[in-house]
Amino acid sequence: MKNPPNRVARPAPARAVPVRPGPGRAVPGAPVPGRSPLRRTLLYSIPVVTVLAAGTGFYFMLRGLRRGTFNPHGVPSPLVGHRIPPFSLPGINAGGFSSTEIFAAHRPLVINFFASWCLPCREEEPVLMGLRAQGIPIWGIAYKDTVPAASAYLSKFGNPYARTASDEPGRASIDWGLTGVPETFIINSEGVVVWHMAGPLTPELATRVVEPMMQKLNQ
Amino acid sequence: MRRAVLPGLLACLLLAPVAAHAIEDPSEMLKNPKLEARAEALGSQLRCLVCQNESIEASSAGLARDIRALVRRHIMRGETNKQIIAFLVARYGNFIRLDPPIDPATWLLWGSPLLAVAAGAGVVGVRLARRPPPAPPAPLDEAERDRLAKLLADHAGG
Repeated sequence: MKNPPNRVARPAPARAVPVRPGPGRAVPGAPVPGRSPLRRTLLYSIPVVTVLAAGTGFYFMLRGLRRGTFNPHGVPSPLVGHRIPPFSLPGINAGGFSSTEIFAAHRPLVINFFASWCLPCREEEPVLMGLRAQGIPIWGIAYKDTVPAASAYLSKFGNPYARTASDEPGRASIDWGLTGVPETFIINSEGVVVWHMAGPLTPELATRVVEPMMQKLNQ
Repeated sequence: MRRAVLPGLLACLLLAPVAAHAIEDPSEMLKNPKLEARAEALGSQLRCLVCQNESIEASSAGLARDIRALVRRHIMRGETNKQIIAFLVARYGNFIRLDPPIDPATWLLWGSPLLAVAAGAGVVGVRLARRPPPAPPAPLDEAERDRLAKLLADHAGG
């Protein structure tokens, strides 16, 4: 507080402040220093390329959704390329089957998991009936279903299965990596899973994937 | 003052981080609290494959309940967490892990924060390198020189 007068603000002397051309100062049409036309083209192309890439991605995604080849909730299938897990399940009316019997059958098979409480399974039923009519063997496993309910379901909606088994506790299905019903596996004559589909088979998937694959495996 | 107590308590209740557990049937839980805590910790790192954005501990889906029970059976058998995770990954793939391992398929996932920092540093670096060096301060004018001299003299004198 020695020299109060010196602390009094006085008008700042005018100084040369370097002025940078800001983005808002560009004159339309005038070339901005440091911004070549190539650079501008590149900048303009960013949104165009983004929209094109996203559009292409969405197109294939929607097409796959419609065809049933893309499932956004899909879970990877580690079982593909491996032998089926060991299991032995009781039957629905009679029989039941085990992994040993699948190996002993020594032929390509379709294994389908279903349940009487599962609505998509009912939608899938006609597709499975169509596959059966073509002589494709389908072995069915009822997942978390009581024997009377599964039995009633098969007699009401038709039985597309050559053999049936029941996994009421759902423990064997976990070994298959099952996440719900319906799910379908195609296995070759060695008992190795070659294809897995979580969700109902559509008529298109049946003709485009299941039938040709079974034909090829049977050769 | 009193009126604020109830809403305050409710707010505390809402803000408290409550671990979501979907165990509906207490008999599901292991008797040994230590093992049960281990099962819960492990289960909260496992994805419910039906709801997909919940852990099996938080989900009430049938499959989540089955896998919860499976995890507890394996713990009672004396298996390590590693063994149990390997068992489930063999069936459902790494997708079942909410905390995926670092491997070639997840390098991009785990590396994305580093990539973001590197990209940001790159942008800042380029900007700083391009910025013209600050202009040297303008020389002092007559009045400023006088004032400086006076200040220095005052300082030396006082």
